Amino acid sequence: MGFALLVIIWLITFGSAYFFIAKTWWLPVGAAAAAHWIDGQFALTYVLMGIVFFAAQLSLGYIVCKYRERPSSGPVEYSHGNTTLEVVWTILTAVLFVGLNLMGSSVWASQRFDPAQPGAVPVEVTGMQFAWYFRYPGPDGKYGATSVKLMDPSAGGEAAVGLDTSDPAAKDDVVTGTMFLPVNREVDLSMRSVDVIHSFFVPSLRFKQDAVPGLNIHMHFTPNQIGDYEIACAELCGLGHYKMHGMVKVVSQEDFDKWLAAREAEKQ
Amino acid sequence: MATTATLHSHAPQGFIRKYIFSLDHKVIGLQYFFLALTAVWVGMFLSLLMRIHLVWPTASLPLVGEIRPEMYLSLLTMHGTIMVFFVLTTAPQGGFGNYFLPIQIGAPDMAFPVLNMLSFWTTFVGFVLILAAFFVSGGAPLHGWTGYPPLSAVQSAGPGEGLGADLWIASIAIFCIASLMGALNFITTTLDLRAKGMTLMRMPLTVWSWFITAILGLLAFGVLLSAGILLLMDRNLGTSFYVPLIVVNGQILGHKGGSPLLWQHLFWFFGHPEVYIAILPGMGVTSQVLSTFSRKPIFGYKAMVYAMLSIGFLGFMVWGHHMFMSGMSPYSAFAFSLLTMCIGVPSAIKTFNWLGTMWKGRIRFYTPMLFAIGFVSLFVSGGLSGPFLAQPVLDIQLHDTYFVVGHFHLIMGVAAIFGIFAATYYWFPKMFGRMMNEGLGKAHFWLTFIGTYAIFMPMHYLGMAGGTRRYSQYTEVAYLQKLMPIHSFMTYAAIITIASQFIFVINLFWSMFKGPKASDNPWESTTLEWTTATPPPHDNFGGRTPVVNHGPYEYGVPGTAKGFIMQNDPASTPAH
Repeated sequence: MGFALLVIIWLITFGSAYFFIAKTWWLPVGAAAAAHWIDGQFALTYVLMGIVFFAAQLSLGYIVCKYRERPSSGPVEYSHGNTTLEVVWTILTAVLFVGLNLMGSSVWASQRFDPAQPGAVPVEVTGMQFAWYFRYPGPDGKYGATSVKLMDPSAGGEAAVGLDTSDPAAKDDVVTGTMFLPVNREVDLSMRSVDVIHSFFVPSLRFKQDAVPGLNIHMHFTPNQIGDYEIACAELCGLGHYKMHGMVKVVSQEDFDKWLAAREAEKQ
Repeated sequence: MATTATLHSHAPQGFIRKYIFSLDHKVIGLQYFFLALTAVWVGMFLSLLMRIHLVWPTASLPLVGEIRPEMYLSLLTMHGTIMVFFVLTTAPQGGFGNYFLPIQIGAPDMAFPVLNMLSFWTTFVGFVLILAAFFVSGGAPLHGWTGYPPLSAVQSAGPGEGLGADLWIASIAIFCIASLMGALNFITTTLDLRAKGMTLMRMPLTVWSWFITAILGLLAFGVLLSAGILLLMDRNLGTSFYVPLIVVNGQILGHKGGSPLLWQHLFWFFGHPEVYIAILPGMGVTSQVLSTFSRKPIFGYKAMVYAMLSIGFLGFMVWGHHMFMSGMSPYSAFAFSLLTMCIGVPSAIKTFNWLGTMWKGRIRFYTPMLFAIGFVSLFVSGGLSGPFLAQPVLDIQLHDTYFVVGHFHLIMGVAAIFGIFAATYYWFPKMFGRMMNEGLGKAHFWLTFIGTYAIFMPMHYLGMAGGTRRYSQYTEVAYLQKLMPIHSFMTYAAIITIASQFIFVINLFWSMFKGPKASDNPWESTTLEWTTATPPPHDNFGGRTPVVNHGPYEYGVPGTAKGFIMQNDPASTPAH
């Protein structure tokens, strides 16, 4: 029985580890500036935890096999423990876990402590059951007023987010269902939700943030590769949660300007 | 007290006083156990339906027909709620804690037998209410076991958010009241009713785990209770604790100025200690079983006690790690993350000490021991994904993906279930006077152990690849479609693992009536429950009051005839 446990525990350990090491399923290729740092911290955590995983599971398998009761077994070691060992492994694990935490903290700080740099592309993200809308403030750089009384999700576009067209600043606001972003420029997001909590998750851009009704949350990130990236809602928001998806199209600055100008022209 | 003494000396006659409204902690323990057993089959059946729907979304199933996306969400809400409250909180603490805490400390009963009976029947009412949510108009709520408002606070937010959601909240609130009564009883009993010589540092680690769990329950359930009442008021009385001005389905609702994040803070202030409420008793029983079947004293008894105390203490300061992506201040994420990492330290100490206990022992592989070994393995696997999720920067990718689902199922779901299995196989002879079948027990262990890994390990791969949780189907998002093979594999693994649980139930009920008669101490254990008759008499020790002279895990003691010392053996027996 001890040997069977050793075999099964070791097989589970190597089997589980195989898919981690072979990276059969892995983080999608990162297409944002932060991906390098986030993936680095992920890899570091993964290597350290992998070592502990192997050490703990392999010794568990070994110990239960080695110390199984046999007719030839000698008397057990009558011992209530070893204080020196306790102190040693307490300190070691404390250093490991706290150290890991501190190393990751600088990445977190760079992502979340400071606001976007001046000159970032402003985009407002609005979540509602079960769609995402993106608003660009237009040439004046100012978002126009919105009002819940004017919201008409069935109309889509500007009406969906309740844009108040009597506000001069709203005249040039553009609202779309697909997010366009210029590559290599920071994006200054204002995130809100009109009904329940949603979460704006773009795995390839290493970005996730809840959109919370009543709050306007500012976030920023910098896409650095041209391409199309899928958005999946990551906070349970109702029966259509699984189909609340969208697309981020990261394009060249030139294409972005052309696209925005075309949308502005459409509005006039 | 004279009345209490009378109560203990005379067993009640008549079926109702003896088995239904019993004041005997052992009967109440069994009532909790069978309630949890019923609940776990319901919860498991719901998960089976979910797994089937994920892979065959249009399949028409017996009893339930075709599962619609909103029904999938009801299934996951009810699965989570039933499992967390009525299984993982009920079985280890209400069931085994009730039955064995008084006996292990040498007491004739709980401190407040009437309160004990009340807490069981209150739990029972809570269970009936949650089941009722399935049968009301609109069905069970779809807001997940965490019930985040506004989704959970607004009747028009989705199907099931009407009466079903009210029943769901009422059930949880009633469960909170029951748990508060239970917690008071456990704490008082442990502090006041210990037998002579049963010092705190001679208590079995199981008793420590139930004691600490009760303290956590006392501090946590009150908060959830208040939070639930506020949610009921938001839903039915037009208050705005959690709901700001919102528009649902084009309708402006009358709420103003509430904070959805307030609920998350209150819920997780309860929710994080709750995971320790689920797992601490499992840690206790694992320590007890590993020491018994390795025939060696527990390695580092005091370190084990301090580790559980620090886990309980730190457990109240980490709730924010569920909220890194919620819009909470990023500065507080820094503190919550650091404290969460610190919990890894006492958890690691426990793992080291379990390995140290088996090291140079003489391990006997009876079924309880297999499940305790399984517990250690699952605790390590589930624990090591913790430091990923404790880092806010990695949560950017992993939060609300299957990585989280895999993590908490391994560490506080199935690890706790393995603790319950270990406890069942270990204490069954004492509770029912008969032995369980070892062959069936071992078959159950192997299938469950391998099956558990096959279900929950792949969830980590799914999560790393961005596989979002609480999606009824992966058909609408292109990158998710590519992950379907993992879902299929997990579903097949779940079907086999769930099927193998029949082995357990058959063994349980067959052995209850037909198993070979058990001796008073079949495992050669040392704690007080093994010093009394099997099953124990109404007052636990048949009129005598045990006197404790030894620590709980004196195995492999040199110079003793039988190789171990019972806790109540005469003081002259060599020890230490």
